[in-house]
Amino acid sequence: MTARPASLRAEGVGYEVHGRTLLDGADLTAHPGETVGLVGPNGSGKTTFLRCVYGTLRPTAGRVLLDGRDAAALGVKERARRVAVVAQDAGSAFGLTVRETVAMGRSPHKRFWEQDGPGDARRVARALERVGAEALADRRLDELSGGERQRVLVARALVQDPGLLALDEPTNHLDVRHQLEILGLVRRLGTTNLVVLHDLNLAAAHCDRLYVLGAGRVVASGPPGEVLTEELLAEVYGVRARVAVHPATGVPNVVYLPPPSPSRRPGPDAQEVRIR
Amino acid sequence: MRGARGPAGTRAPAGTRAPAGLRGPAGTCAPAGPRAPAAPRRTAGARTPAVLAVLVAALVVTAVAGLALGPVRVPPRDVLGVVLGGERAGPLAAVVWDLRMPRVLLGAVVGAGLAVAGTVLQALVRNPLADPFLLGASSGASAGAVVVVVLGVGAGAAAAVALPSAAFAGSMCALVVVWAAARRGGTMTAGRLVLAGVAVQYVLSAFTGLVLVLSADAEHARTIMFWTLGSLGGARWDELALPAVVLVVGTLLLTALARPLDLLLAGEEGAHTLGLDTHRFRAAVFVLASLVTGVLVAFSGAIGFVGLMVPHAARAVVGAGHRRLLPVAALGGAVFLLLADLVARTAAAPREVPVGIVTALAGGPFFLWLLRRSSRTEGIAG
Repeated sequence: MTARPASLRAEGVGYEVHGRTLLDGADLTAHPGETVGLVGPNGSGKTTFLRCVYGTLRPTAGRVLLDGRDAAALGVKERARRVAVVAQDAGSAFGLTVRETVAMGRSPHKRFWEQDGPGDARRVARALERVGAEALADRRLDELSGGERQRVLVARALVQDPGLLALDEPTNHLDVRHQLEILGLVRRLGTTNLVVLHDLNLAAAHCDRLYVLGAGRVVASGPPGEVLTEELLAEVYGVRARVAVHPATGVPNVVYLPPPSPSRRPGPDAQEVRIR
Repeated sequence: MRGARGPAGTRAPAGTRAPAGLRGPAGTCAPAGPRAPAAPRRTAGARTPAVLAVLVAALVVTAVAGLALGPVRVPPRDVLGVVLGGERAGPLAAVVWDLRMPRVLLGAVVGAGLAVAGTVLQALVRNPLADPFLLGASSGASAGAVVVVVLGVGAGAAAAVALPSAAFAGSMCALVVVWAAARRGGTMTAGRLVLAGVAVQYVLSAFTGLVLVLSADAEHARTIMFWTLGSLGGARWDELALPAVVLVVGTLLLTALARPLDLLLAGEEGAHTLGLDTHRFRAAVFVLASLVTGVLVAFSGAIGFVGLMVPHAARAVVGAGHRRLLPVAALGGAVFLLLADLVARTAAAPREVPVGIVTALAGGPFFLWLLRRSSRTEGIAG
């Protein structure tokens, strides 16, 4: 069902608008089948970078290579066959049903006037099953809860048959359980995934490698255990934190410390108790 | 379904696993018998042929009523005799065939066209408050047409081309101005859209009135009413071909573009990532919607609210997918405008009310209701 996972390579990608540099020579590589996380503070260029990858923004410097081909040379449709997107705001969509919404994902494989055939209907049904949303098929998208809607949008991305899946904070507005479900699902899809995440612990647990952006530049990259250090968090986010490999999960776990404040008694050890 | 979830929890009860089974309006699963073989689905898609059949029947009935009623009442049997039996002689035939038939046909064409234009404009701006009239397209068409009328560009064949062309140009300009004014930084809020539309509509209506008053037209009050409120009273057999052709071609083209129209509902970025060249496609739909609106307004004046209400009703019945929605909206628009014209002709007989007043009386309150509802659910005033 799914196309071969794609390889992604961004070389010196920059984006400037109105004289402001949002992205400054970012390099990134995602190998086929890898899940790569993009983290960083607000305004560090994560979403801009993602948009340059999926093509709603055209980089003003550098280039994006998909399976070795320059993405700028791909047409809108051709790119949509290779890259599927789960964006943050999907809109209410006027009461389209879940099935209709997911079927939209077949569009890059169709001529404008072409109708969906039985093969497309099967793909839609299978994708809905894969995200555990087959019971929602005839519901209206705008009636669903945030978690249900997010799964439907993943299903839509699936029927696009992409090699690369780009997700912009897919866990936003979801409760803990749904956050874990969505990320677990994405990992099992077999696509190459590029995920923007706010939550560093989720990123550490679900990504093979992380890229940390700060002020439009890649400031660190590598496996979560190497990247997420107390020094880096202090430098990039300006927060005090403790990072330790959690015994239960084996992945790095970040605990934030309150900023030192003069009104409270300085007692770092007292605060450290709360880590456990 | 909301609370209890998880991979298994989302599934319908055993037996309805494949296509989800019968579903009530609240989206609840009807209990299906064990291994119920392919439970019939009562989805919007399956309902469409029946809806179309009902609308065609309604269209026939309203058309016959439109031919039968008026200052001279013609029994329906005689109406059918004239229309189907081909009796073209005699006073009854003159009333039915020469006077009322063109009017009924124009009403159906204009109603259908405005509903189609409204449907695609709503998709284009992703907003249920759009309609050719509210977005200024109809007023723009009137303004363009009036300029041609007052300048007296040619006569006969030249005027037959100039008038609709000018209306098309006017409608297009108005839409572009509203679009540009409502858009800021890549986003367009409903509030800005409606305000820009109303402003443009006022300016263009005022312009239309001014041009007519300044011209030597002795009857300018009547003509102003025609162009700003609309009327089907001027329908003539020899002027029906162009609006009919534009309606049919426009509707067929737009229905063929149902897939990309659906994609627009996913939002600008969504449509783009699903493989749609949004800029080019949107420009194409703008031109088509202006063409349909402009040509129709050139023959009927600016009739409001048809393009607002009908798409809504149609969406409520067959859902938002454009392949089903557009034909249903077209037929529904035809029926609606024929009914409105019937009221316009008979309610205050022997006087005739401009049909735009009837549609506005129905459409204004509807618009307010919609505005309240949308602002509750979507924060539309933003």
